[in-house]
Amino acid sequence: MYNEPLRDPRLLACLQCDLVQRLPDVEPGGSARCPRCDRELWRRRDDSLNRTLALTLAAMLTYVVANSVPMLSLSAVGHHASTTVFGGAMQLWRDNEKIVAMLVMFAAVVAPALQIGMMLIIILAAHKPRPPHWVGTLLRHHPFTRTWSMIEVMLLGVLVALIKIAELATVIPGLALFALGFLVLLFAAIQANFDSRDVWDRVEWANREQPDHVPAAAVRVVS
Amino acid sequence: MNVAGTSAMAHGLHSCEGCGLLSRAPGGAAEGRCPRCGAHVEFRKRDSLQRTIAFLIAAAVCYIPANVLPVMTTTTATGTETDTILQGVVLLWSPTGWPLSLIVLFASIMIPSAKILALVFLVISVRRGSVENNEQRTRLYRIVDLIGRWSMVDVFVAAFTAALVQLQPLMSVGPAPGVFFFSAVVVLTMLAVESFDPRLIWDSSNPRGL
Repeated sequence: MYNEPLRDPRLLACLQCDLVQRLPDVEPGGSARCPRCDRELWRRRDDSLNRTLALTLAAMLTYVVANSVPMLSLSAVGHHASTTVFGGAMQLWRDNEKIVAMLVMFAAVVAPALQIGMMLIIILAAHKPRPPHWVGTLLRHHPFTRTWSMIEVMLLGVLVALIKIAELATVIPGLALFALGFLVLLFAAIQANFDSRDVWDRVEWANREQPDHVPAAAVRVVS
Repeated sequence: MNVAGTSAMAHGLHSCEGCGLLSRAPGGAAEGRCPRCGAHVEFRKRDSLQRTIAFLIAAAVCYIPANVLPVMTTTTATGTETDTILQGVVLLWSPTGWPLSLIVLFASIMIPSAKILALVFLVISVRRGSVENNEQRTRLYRIVDLIGRWSMVDVFVAAFTAALVQLQPLMSVGPAPGVFFFSAVVVLTMLAVESFDPRLIWDSSNPRGL
């Protein structure tokens, strides 16, 4: 049984303090904050879909590079070894830390892939004037991938490992290390440019009874 | 700032955590489905405080072995050596490495304990119906949410050091049991943050009814 929507589409409640309020007009690039708890309710982004699409495509290519070439190489007394991102999880698995191996695998490889893949599908589908309902389902679950994708944390971990090992052997940073650094920047840029409200305003409703007055034009005042 | 206002709950409205739409359940039911994104909606996260406390207790229990047990084992020709998290911080301390050592100290030791303490404080203050410092308490929740992921650093350090230093028979590094408990603390505290509903902080201050 679906809930009934309100007549005024600009009414919303802050998700962190539950204060009911009416979303004000926001200048492009400006934002609306909750007057009670100061949470950002909406930041209006210009040309959100095109910019996010370009950044997400770049992230996809960077991700492929970051996961296919060595990240660190080491040479000491005639030995040579190197590891990829995947190699870190594999070694934990071989050393019988299987649960930790799966966690590292998820946070470093699977979640970032989901984050990029879901975003790409969302944006491509959102170019239609009325994106189908499953776009909303993807968009609803996207924050989960963002919470558990930890590329930036991994990068710091790799840096620490690099410095530790540098005392014992010569460590050579690989191409993947730089790709990961770039990927962190791309993720930040995607987050700064993606306007989820723009997609929510147009998406087909789950109850198939989208009110006519809800589309973007009613909410977004072009100034 | 004290903004007099009413909560969505007081109006019988559900605010969707999936898409942000405000909607009303037919007949004023306590839960329903969001008409826009189809998510299950309710006034407050279900059993928020109980679930948060459960995850916190589990995290606190794992916190002890996480810090006492070694996270890394180094095997050389002369023998085997193990390092706990704190020993790792000390080992990193050098004229050039100290900034990194501080970051690891902060991420691995201070963040997990501060996170547990902050959430315990939030849960207790909500239970006691506190109406003070709501804005600061909400901000505390946001900070805990933001920085929590960084304590995963040491798990990645162990993983990649082990993956790289495999120079048998000269020297090899492997993970030790502490790394499991340490990652458990990180995951459990992240789940505790997710379970806590910050709207509860404001409920004691909201005017009842309309």
